Amino acid sequence: MSFPWAEQYTPKHPLMQWVDEKLPVPRLVYNAVGAGYPVPRNLNYFWNFGVLAGLALMIQIVTGIIMAMHYGANDLVAFSTVEHTMRDVNAGWLMRYAHANGASFFFIVVYLHIFRGLYFGSYKAPREMVWLLGLVIFLLMMATAFMGYVLPWGQMSYWGAKVITGLFGAIPVVGEPIQTWLLGGFAPGNASLNRFFSLHFLLPFVIAGVIILHIWALHIPGSSNPTGVEVKGPQDTVPFHPYYTAKDGFGAGIFLIAFSILLFFAPNFLGHPDNYIEANPLSTPAHIVPEWYFWPFYAILRAFTVDFFFIPAKLLGVLAMFASILLLFFLPWLDTSPVRSGRYRPTFRKFWWILLADVAVLGYCGGAPAAEPFVMISQVAAAYYFAHFLIILPLISRFEKPLPLPGSITEAVLAKYGKTDGETVAVPAE
Amino acid sequence: MASVEHTDGTGLTGEDGVRRRDFINIAAVSFAGVGGVAVVLPLIDQMNPSADVLALASTEVDLSAIQPGQAIKTTFRSQPLFVRQLTPKEIAEADKVDPSTLRDPQTLEERTVDGKKQWLITMGVCTHLGCVPLGAGEGENRGEYGGYFCPCHGSSYDTAARIRKGPAPKNLEVPKFSFTSDTAILVG
Ligand code: HEM
Ligand code: FES
Repeated sequence: MSFPWAEQYTPKHPLMQWVDEKLPVPRLVYNAVGAGYPVPRNLNYFWNFGVLAGLALMIQIVTGIIMAMHYGANDLVAFSTVEHTMRDVNAGWLMRYAHANGASFFFIVVYLHIFRGLYFGSYKAPREMVWLLGLVIFLLMMATAFMGYVLPWGQMSYWGAKVITGLFGAIPVVGEPIQTWLLGGFAPGNASLNRFFSLHFLLPFVIAGVIILHIWALHIPGSSNPTGVEVKGPQDTVPFHPYYTAKDGFGAGIFLIAFSILLFFAPNFLGHPDNYIEANPLSTPAHIVPEWYFWPFYAILRAFTVDFFFIPAKLLGVLAMFASILLLFFLPWLDTSPVRSGRYRPTFRKFWWILLADVAVLGYCGGAPAAEPFVMISQVAAAYYFAHFLIILPLISRFEKPLPLPGSITEAVLAKYGKTDGETVAVPAE
Repeated sequence: MASVEHTDGTGLTGEDGVRRRDFINIAAVSFAGVGGVAVVLPLIDQMNPSADVLALASTEVDLSAIQPGQAIKTTFRSQPLFVRQLTPKEIAEADKVDPSTLRDPQTLEERTVDGKKQWLITMGVCTHLGCVPLGAGEGENRGEYGGYFCPCHGSSYDTAARIRKGPAPKNLEVPKFSFTSDTAILVG
């Protein structure tokens, strides 16, 4: 689980020695996020987002459990209990705004975390399992956020639930029974609200469990780094504590400042005003949109407007939307280049930027009304998204001539500061 | 389990060549598997609509106040229901279309009751992803084909509430209903 030169846990206090013999939890922590975990010395700030995602999950769990104390999962009262939380409960407004904006920040850091992985090739061997587990977490987060958004039982909650469960109705033969089964009725109602609450309460803890597996899988090869060159010796690493506890702590400070600005000065900026109108099954809002973090996928869903042979457009859209995420599970085997980091892959790097722009365009179209020119733009952007992974990436891996890699992490670090390799041998890890 | 050597010299192998231990092993695990499945079934089934949801009474609708060209929006099984009296012009428009050119081929006759072709009763649930289409209310956008228009992703339905344009795959659903008198229907 670690490099041979990792610092050893040696409790001095008799009590700690006693604990270590009976249940070595302090040892586990020391080896996982303490001085016992050697980490490449050159990680940049893009390596902060994993820890920040964990922080966001903690914020969601704490504010969520508090809100659950004041919430009534019943279609007759749900909307008013959320308003009651906002107006009457002491600091209730803070809990709810922190939870709603916390979900957005959770997705912001997770998207940055994912795009970091895409740029630096973190999904490649030997870290495929880390990537796959990350995608599982992402899917669970989406399910959690979707169900959470239904709980306040506003217009967007109701119609979002209807449209998203309607996706399952697109599946031939079994689709409608599945939709009815998911909702516990023919339309979203009390049964749906109750089960969504139950699952919304459960899933964050499942996510916490999968995060443990994600980190376990990560700690087998250890973290990658911006050069993508594997650790070769003790001079390439520093102990996690205090080096990265400090760096992550600094990042957490920046994160909390940004979070507070949104939370205290524009708490409804990312929300939709229609969700302050109570759910009404007889009136559809003029423009149904999911939360911003689902927009790219929503755009792919809506990009299909004509039937293809015997497959109806509706089913195609649903398949494409799910495929756009499932595709990422195959990424470690679609990109066959032996070079990990985008730093040494000039062509790959350009297409990474194009992909980023493409997803941003999809996101914009997903939030826009279902009219031209957005439908056409979504179609082009959705096609490009799939082409990137299925055509462009395999081809680049084949034909690109990567730049020369540094001999080691230390060599790259020293080169950056104008020193030569000759001096490194004797230099210990700081 | 079953792959354990048969001739292990323990004398447990019966005359038919089946080892006693393998038989018990497979039988026990299969039985536990059946039990497991039997437990999972109710766990899944509890999520289906409960008796009170299914028992929702059928809906009676009074038609007397609906003038030709008008529609009302009511509910059936907690979903919107559209009841429209078509004008002769709207009927003619619907009949003019060759059904074989439609995405979900149906004639107006097939979608209404014999001799009461002017009464178009449909669910107000877009067959795309379930929004409530516009067009039942006074002055609402009825779309290019003069029937209903779904604002969510732009599906247009014609005067027989058949899908003509946009992503929805099917015509607006016609629920089961019958006339209880000349001016009243029972849906469901
Ligand atoms: C993965 C972590 C989580 C995410 C992404 C998440 C997301 C969301 C979202 C987007 C909403 C709707 C916010 C709004 O009102 O506009 C919500 C509501 C809610 N969540 Fe969570 N949540 C998470 C964890 C939790 C946990 C652990 C609980 C504890 C039981 C919880 C309890 C609630 C409650 C009671 C509501 C309804 C109140 C409200 O709508 O503001 N959540 N959640
Ligand atoms: S729900 Fe009506 S067009 Fe999509």
